[in-house]
Amino acid sequence: MEDLIASLVRGFGLGGLYALLGVSFVIIYRATGVINFATPALMILGAFFTGSFGNAVGLPFWLSVLLGMAVMAIIGMIIERVALRPMVGRPAFSAATVTVGIFIILLIVAGRLIGSELLTVNDPFGLNTIDVLGARLFTIDIARLVIALAAIAIVGLFLTRSRTGLAMRATAFDQETSLAQGINVGRMFGLSWGIAAAMAALAGALLTAGSSGVETTIALVALKALPVIILGGLDSIKGSVIAGLIIGVAESLTRTYQPEFAPWLGANFDVIVPYIIMIIVLMIRPYGLFGTKEVVRV
Amino acid sequence: MTTATKESRKTVRGRPQLFTSYAREMSIFNTRVKRNWAIVGILALGILPFLLQRDMVALLTTVLIYAIGGIGLNLLTGYAGQVSLGQAFFMGLGAYTAAVLGGESKGDVIGLGWDMAIWLPLAGLVPAVIALVLAPLAARVRGLYLAILTLGLVFIGEHIFKEAKPITGGAGVGRAPADPVFLGFDLFSNQTILGYRIDRFTIFYFATLVIFLVLAFAARNFVRSRFGRNFAAVRDRDVAAEVMGVSLLRTKTLAFAVSSFYAGISGALLSIVIGRISPETWNIFLSIDFLAVVFIGGLATITGSIMGAVFVVLLPKLVNWITGFIPGAGGIGDGGLLNVFELQTIIFGLLIVLFLILEPRGLYGLWLRLRNYFKAWPFSF
Repeated sequence: MEDLIASLVRGFGLGGLYALLGVSFVIIYRATGVINFATPALMILGAFFTGSFGNAVGLPFWLSVLLGMAVMAIIGMIIERVALRPMVGRPAFSAATVTVGIFIILLIVAGRLIGSELLTVNDPFGLNTIDVLGARLFTIDIARLVIALAAIAIVGLFLTRSRTGLAMRATAFDQETSLAQGINVGRMFGLSWGIAAAMAALAGALLTAGSSGVETTIALVALKALPVIILGGLDSIKGSVIAGLIIGVAESLTRTYQPEFAPWLGANFDVIVPYIIMIIVLMIRPYGLFGTKEVVRV
Repeated sequence: MTTATKESRKTVRGRPQLFTSYAREMSIFNTRVKRNWAIVGILALGILPFLLQRDMVALLTTVLIYAIGGIGLNLLTGYAGQVSLGQAFFMGLGAYTAAVLGGESKGDVIGLGWDMAIWLPLAGLVPAVIALVLAPLAARVRGLYLAILTLGLVFIGEHIFKEAKPITGGAGVGRAPADPVFLGFDLFSNQTILGYRIDRFTIFYFATLVIFLVLAFAARNFVRSRFGRNFAAVRDRDVAAEVMGVSLLRTKTLAFAVSSFYAGISGALLSIVIGRISPETWNIFLSIDFLAVVFIGGLATITGSIMGAVFVVLLPKLVNWITGFIPGAGGIGDGGLLNVFELQTIIFGLLIVLFLILEPRGLYGLWLRLRNYFKAWPFSF
């Protein structure tokens, strides 16, 4: 019972991160039709900046997270303007391959910036635990879920309630029509990248909080958000939240119970659970749980 | 062949673009210049290893192997329009098929020690069959969904490779690759042929060269066949292709199978060059390498894939060489701002981005521009 509660909470914490990263993917996909393979690198850079603001400058955790997000938002906008804007009107997979190139570049830059020294994000959670129903829970897991959901809610409110959010949704719906209505479509692309990069940075900070430090190997965690958006549907924010939680919990439960009940699946099987779920989903619903079914016309 | 067709297949001197028959136009070398350059190129590839140092010969072998894999991915991505990040997985399958069939048994690791004449075709066929099984799933999804699906394949594959210890040796340990003994002749040991001592790198280079030439010409031939046209139709507009009677499922399945065949052969040969293969070799970054071969070389051109392979494999050497010449590059060398490996990787990423933005047709496109400039000289059109 304690095991179950503990792994469920850990799963929800992980799921919160996946949801955050999933929303980051979805926002860019909706605006520009591109899957941003550079997200993992953006996440690591975000964690790096958060850590630097916390350690080198000595700012409190919350402030350094916000500053890290702001820096990444600017970097995201620059990337969009320099590398992605020229790709407007080109096939989506060419633009996606551009982001693969950016991923490689940023990964090296991040590795170099982090260097060999240990960099923590100076978070207040650490390895603190609280006891609930006899189960020992890490506060970081709860914090991850709460902060992720809050951040997604803020973005959701921004998209549905504000004028700019309306403009962004209009752009996602039909670029040419929005252009005709006086919306600066290019600026909306930049804004989408800014928001997405900021969310990736937040995910990076939350992922590094409560762990050993910032490393480039955490990039693989962000790639697990890809099964999340497949499960949720590429263009659905609601979908990526639900799918993120499903996949986080599934992964966590596998980590707890698979070594005991199905050891023949091998060590670290939980790492590939998201991909297996993704393949099953693609077989049954190729456009995900909440995605819009693509209408094909000749 | 009758005299009439023989006549019509000849090119008219001085007017290489005047084709008097479709067979002539569609032939692999449809102009005399192309044929002559191809002969020169093949001759150069034959002479090069005798002029170069040993490590360069090994590097040249890697170029050929990357070209094989690149051609395979280009058939799938460039011709059939299916973006795949799964190349590394199929290469791994090929490498392990070869290693199990052609390698030696050692400890818990299985190796049957068969001849290369058996394991080489099977190293291509086994990945092709696996691709056939997976293709119906891949054919359900389009575009970027497929890229993500194949990405998942690489991760799942890596896990399986790590766990299948009798086949792969397990994570971090690895195993020895297949022995390239072709019909009793060891292709990876020093030999004396007609009184000349030839070192093993050169021998293996020539073996790879032969395989490469066969596969490259086969690919060239394949894309001008009915299937190649089906590929292009599916790439350009899949719905329209289906309406015209091209079966999407069949075409995509075929594209996956052929591409995986090439990937398997390339993986098997690459494992021999590497010398010892661990499951971590077949990761997402290898897939990105091959994506770079295709995109930098140019989509939907076999020649381009070869150029791309030359470029991607020789880039590290090139970067090394250039930083050695720049006097102010001290900040770039080891211990400076970036080490050579980091610099290479960054340049690599930058080139992918720059080529896609500035010249989507890749190196082949650059060559076309250059050729057309001189063809029309002194006019600009």
